[in-house]
Amino acid sequence: MEFQITWFILWGVLWAVYFMLDGFDFGVGILHSFIGKNDAEKRVIINTIGPVWNGNEVWLITAGGATFAAFPTTYALMFSYLYTPLLIILFALIFRGVAFEFRGKVDSDGWRKGWDIAIFLGSFLPALFFGVAFGNIFQGIPMDANGYHGTLFTLLNPYGLLTGILFVLLFIVHGALWLTVKTNGDMGKRASSVADKAWYALLVAAVLFLAHTAFATNLYKNYLDNPVWFVVPVIAVLALMGIKLFEAKGAYLKAFYSSCLTILSVTFTGVIGLYPNLIPSSLDKNYSLTIFNSSSSPYTLKIMTVVAVLFVPVVIAYQIWVYRVFRSKLTVDEMLKDTESY
Amino acid sequence: MDVLTLSRLQFAVTAAFHFIFVPLTLGLSILVAYMESRYVRTNDEMYLKMAKFWGKLFLINFALGIVTGITMEFQLGMNWAEYSKYVGDIFGAPLAIEATVAFFLESTFIGLWIFGWNKVSKKVHALSIWLVAIATNLSALWILLANGWMQEPVGYVLRNNRAEMVDFMALVTNPYGWLKFSHTLISGYVLAAFFVMGVSAYHLLKKNRTDFFKRSFRIAAVFGLVTSILLLVSGTFHAERVAMTQPTKFAAMEAVWDTQKGVAYNLLVIPDVDNERNTVEAVGIPKFLSLLAFHDADAEIRGLKEFPKEERPPVASTFYSFRVMAVLGFLFVLLSLIGTIVSRKDELENRSRFLKLMLFAIPLPYIAGQLGWLVSELGRQPWIVYGVLKTSDAVSKSITPPQVWTSLIGFTLFYGMLGIIDIYLLAKYSKKGPDDDLSAIIKSSREV
Ligand code: HDD
Ligand code: HEM
Ligand code: HEM
Repeated sequence: MEFQITWFILWGVLWAVYFMLDGFDFGVGILHSFIGKNDAEKRVIINTIGPVWNGNEVWLITAGGATFAAFPTTYALMFSYLYTPLLIILFALIFRGVAFEFRGKVDSDGWRKGWDIAIFLGSFLPALFFGVAFGNIFQGIPMDANGYHGTLFTLLNPYGLLTGILFVLLFIVHGALWLTVKTNGDMGKRASSVADKAWYALLVAAVLFLAHTAFATNLYKNYLDNPVWFVVPVIAVLALMGIKLFEAKGAYLKAFYSSCLTILSVTFTGVIGLYPNLIPSSLDKNYSLTIFNSSSSPYTLKIMTVVAVLFVPVVIAYQIWVYRVFRSKLTVDEMLKDTESY
Repeated sequence: MDVLTLSRLQFAVTAAFHFIFVPLTLGLSILVAYMESRYVRTNDEMYLKMAKFWGKLFLINFALGIVTGITMEFQLGMNWAEYSKYVGDIFGAPLAIEATVAFFLESTFIGLWIFGWNKVSKKVHALSIWLVAIATNLSALWILLANGWMQEPVGYVLRNNRAEMVDFMALVTNPYGWLKFSHTLISGYVLAAFFVMGVSAYHLLKKNRTDFFKRSFRIAAVFGLVTSILLLVSGTFHAERVAMTQPTKFAAMEAVWDTQKGVAYNLLVIPDVDNERNTVEAVGIPKFLSLLAFHDADAEIRGLKEFPKEERPPVASTFYSFRVMAVLGFLFVLLSLIGTIVSRKDELENRSRFLKLMLFAIPLPYIAGQLGWLVSELGRQPWIVYGVLKTSDAVSKSITPPQVWTSLIGFTLFYGMLGIIDIYLLAKYSKKGPDDDLSAIIKSSREV
């Protein structure tokens, strides 16, 4: 019982941290061709995430692995029901990963242009489809004793798409702030102006999302039952405002942290509303996948808890250390000197 | 084709593709780490050039290993939902542990290694590639313990309509898993050794940078000799375990049809599956197979005819895969032995026939490794978890043939394209040879 709740929380943490970290990689990938005016600038942009994107992506692999280990039935049904959107995400992530590595390896404009497109698609599509997937999870998925009743297009409903757009905008703002912090000069200015403007679009999407959530989902039920939880969406809103506030003061690092907090609290707003479901059924509540009817045995959960308690703090420690090693801004000169960069 | 066949095909394509890149990662990471450590110890810039040249090839290969790995994890849920539900309580754990203890380590420190030449001290930089090497080897451990459990399920009970874990230590100490681990790991080392010898041979044939490539060749030859001998040893132990736990697989590997005592080992065998016999059985060593399998010349080996046809794996492919793998195993010892002797005597440049042979030998360990997986996965059929769950009961129920057709064709084309690009880049950077301009790195790493 407690272990199931522990793992529900951990499940939420893994996804939230994943979105917070790979989120700015996605934003950077979406923006790199627009903010980078020439090849050197584009390379600088890619190289700002070069040392960290792979480590960020592993939060996804761990979130997937943890879902498998802790809630195998959910893992099985979620992945097989959402076959097509997951496939799109998968192809996109593969494309993005090799694009970083391959882009600089052949000296030809066509080659680089091709991989630039790959980086864009490989960042935009996962951002969108993770949003679509989570929107549909919040809303409930049409499933019952006979399995899943729907197609890819069932998932592309208004609320799912709205969540997708929300995710894309969150990540664009997040990525633009990252670039503002990590680059200098004109490029930095362009990035900050993108962050400034995209924020308004994000605000609109966020308001629509919160309002639509009341109609499309049952997420608010837990909040009405237990109003203390409203703290989390309130933090989300404050953090979103914080981004603008810090931007106005030119405190872009703080704005970036604010954006981190926004993503974490938005994810948790959804996760708290879901409890105790992992995936609600939109057809019949009895077929919802909950943390109680889809979990592993207490024994397995106990083992996994020990592993998580021992290793996750270590992971966080060395990831923070590596971020610190690469904390300085990246300039065109410095990048050109470094023969190993992407 | 039905969802089952398509899903099996897709799993085979994606797993085999993942395993093109995995073994080189396992082996080359260690060689590069060794080279960089030598540089830190001796300050000899040749070793730095080596670490950078082989490191670049390592990275090109590594990129595909990583991205194809994500597919492996996703598709267990996508295509094998019934499997995931039935054994997830056990199988999920090693997968999650692998991500937590290995993938984080490897992906974080590979970033530091690629971009950190000017950011951290020489020692810390060398340490980061060691951490990458350790992490990739650790990841192999957990995934192979998971696969080992599918081969020899331990530490579970059937309860609540599924297999539930009751003894984690049994899973972690599963002999089958450890045999798989050692055998697969060592096969990766052999593969990397042959890769380095082959690329070096190419340059030596062209008389290009002979000093650099002679040294690289020598390191790889010694590594290859030691590991290819160990590989034979681990393979033999592995086969014993198979004989003990999976009689149908063992019988198929050796094409034994009738249950007998004191079975001979025949060097030349041609099985005739339709008539359940072997058309050719020649050059036999009496009682040797019984001795190999059970340490007892008179031990009984159960033949395929003892099992109903639907419980037998595909005999011909299991048999030939195993034979060819084993023959190649002996060839690798021979080639690396010659390589060691010739490079010790410093005669490599004069042995152009041998060098050519080594260049063309690059694909052989790849082939052997793929065949090994065929033995172990095909030989386990019709079981997905030996004796517990049939493959046909493991496939997802909610997916449709058009969906899997789409993904299968998608993977094949997409992977095919990426594979061609990757091999093109590997060849390009292999031919290019080492970079001489180390000034940027050396200067700034002194400043750190
Ligand atoms: C013998 C070794 C071995 C085997 C049998 C497998 N793998 Fe693998 N895998 C590795 C050895 C490896 C590796 C050498 O550790 C890789 C290759 C490149 C890398 O970064 O790690 C890797 C990468 C890798 C990644 C990417 C990690 C990252 O982004 O850093 C994932 C998610 C998986 N694998 C998952 C799997 C799954 C689910 C498998 C089977 C069903 C599987 N692998 C079979
Ligand atoms: C440890 C992780 C692995 C797991 C969980 C796993 C599991 C499976 C599953 C679910 C299937 C499909 C069912 C079947 O047809 O047998 C399969 C088949 C197969 N796997 Fe693995 N496998 C693993 C590793 C690998 C790797 C790394 C390879 C590398 C080449 C491989 C080669 C194959 C092949 C060739 C088949 C096809 C057999 C067939 O079609 O019958 N496996 N395995
Ligand atoms: C005399 C030589 C060899 C023997 C006796 C041998 C033995 C075996 C056996 C019995 C298996 C099947 C294990 C199972 O069913 O689960 C196997 C699998 C395998 N072999 Fe070999 N092998 C030899 C050489 C090689 C070589 C040269 C390579 C590659 C370079 C190789 C790579 C593999 C791989 C990757 C697997 C699949 C993973 C595993 O089951 O461990 N083997 N080998």
